[in-house]
Amino acid sequence: MTLLESAQSVTADAVTLSGVTKVFGRGGAAVLALDGLSLDVKRGEFVCLVGASGCGKSTLLNLVAGLDRPTSGRIALGQDRAPTLMFQDPALFPWLSVASNVELPLKLLGVPKPERRRRVAELLELVHLGEFAKRQPHELSGGMRQRVALARTLGQDSPMLLMDEPFGALDAMTRDLLHDELERIWQARELTILFVTHNVREAARLADRIVLLSSRPGRIIYETGVHIPRPRRIDSPEVATLAADITDRLRKEVGRHGR
Amino acid sequence: MAADTRTLGPKGWGAGGTLSGLDALELAERPRSRARGVWSVMWPKLAAVGIALLVWQIAVWLEWKPSYALPGPARVLDELALRAQHSELWDGILITARRAAMGYGFSLALGVTLGLAVARIKVLRVAIGSMITALQTMPSIAWFPLAILLFQMSEQAIFFVVVLGAAPSIANGVIAGIDYLPPLFLRAGRNLGARGFKLYWYIIAPAALPSFVSGLKQGWAFSWRSLMAGELIIVGLGKTSIGGQLTFAREFGDAPGVIAIMIVILTFGLLVDFVFGKADRAIRSRWGLIDPATS
Repeated sequence: MTLLESAQSVTADAVTLSGVTKVFGRGGAAVLALDGLSLDVKRGEFVCLVGASGCGKSTLLNLVAGLDRPTSGRIALGQDRAPTLMFQDPALFPWLSVASNVELPLKLLGVPKPERRRRVAELLELVHLGEFAKRQPHELSGGMRQRVALARTLGQDSPMLLMDEPFGALDAMTRDLLHDELERIWQARELTILFVTHNVREAARLADRIVLLSSRPGRIIYETGVHIPRPRRIDSPEVATLAADITDRLRKEVGRHGR
Repeated sequence: MAADTRTLGPKGWGAGGTLSGLDALELAERPRSRARGVWSVMWPKLAAVGIALLVWQIAVWLEWKPSYALPGPARVLDELALRAQHSELWDGILITARRAAMGYGFSLALGVTLGLAVARIKVLRVAIGSMITALQTMPSIAWFPLAILLFQMSEQAIFFVVVLGAAPSIANGVIAGIDYLPPLFLRAGRNLGARGFKLYWYIIAPAALPSFVSGLKQGWAFSWRSLMAGELIIVGLGKTSIGGQLTFAREFGDAPGVIAIMIVILTFGLLVDFVFGKADRAIRSRWGLIDPATS
């Protein structure tokens, strides 16, 4: 049904979620993870989903990625290519070199060898890791591994990236640099990005639009466009002001569960 | 604060320069010398051989046992050199190696098939899974009376016991490899577009490889022990295997011959173990399972 819809409507939306509900388990043990969530993400838009733990952020990404099905509601993609997902863990394969890790999805897509080689070199340059092509993942630092994962994700050439707290495990300096990188690549490639984070500043640094989710069940409780000119800095006053405002709303939401 | 700490890369404003600097800081170089590495591996082994020879020689000097029962190292090495000049020893090694290769090869095919089946099919897991582990606790030599009843004093009897020794270990290696596969690899693999056979070929098989190789190594140890036990018990099948020669040497009261053949058996086992150990280490270090600082 979702495929039919995406074929019918050529819209400006990269993905449209309408009334998406997800229930895990059955009967008394059933958990309502997402409750009638509706969201449109425009092509080329950078949307950050922010919420406390248990708000179903990862569930939502899995649904959009097609790794799971909603209990009810509809998810319509604006393109034929499936979005690609990037996790907090780089999930690199330890038996493959850095270059082979980036090459694997291309191989699975059936890209011929000479072109694969060219594109792997290009992708590694894009994340400034050209000279580490022959290393094994365990020889790299956490930030470098995450960049390899980013190159691997970009190699799939999907116009839409789903990122599940991709920089959550990195130190602040590396994270700042990767924000710059991601922003640059997003602009250069005109990607659509749906980015999940619990870091409010990160959201204010990166997003065109911030969507705040409630916890158990996940619902949209607040939405705001971010009009701070790019390139931004995470320590700029505008970003800090916006982050403070969103943090307040988030605290209120979390406090609701304490009572 | 007008100054921007970002470096200006070739792509306009980029973080490339700073990133490379950070990368260089995070990756400390580890120098190592190959010659020193070889020596540090070799000297404990040479020392062990030296100590063993010394203890042996001292026992002979003290006349702990009469010299017809316990000859000295020099006498045994002479015997070994003498046997090495005759084709009987080499033919024996060939017969034993051929049996080992056939038994182990068949165990490999059987073990992998069985392991894959048990790992994939739930009913089989319940029925056979625990049986495989139980089989491993059975000392292989205890199988021989039954094997001789089933196959008489024949090649098949030896083959039967060798396979029973090795196949369960190999199957267990496969099962453990698939069971302890990190779920993240599966999720990442599917996300990258690996489905069905491709998921097995590109993700599951390489992820399970270290555990599989451990199973192979253990399987070899079992099959080698079973083979030696078999050759000691079942002798006189045409040309004489290494185990057969050992039995004959004992029956003729040829003590130097017994020990010389034992050295051959030990060397053969060590060589194969060395190959397995090398493969195991290579895989583990490539997979990042060994801390290079301790290797």
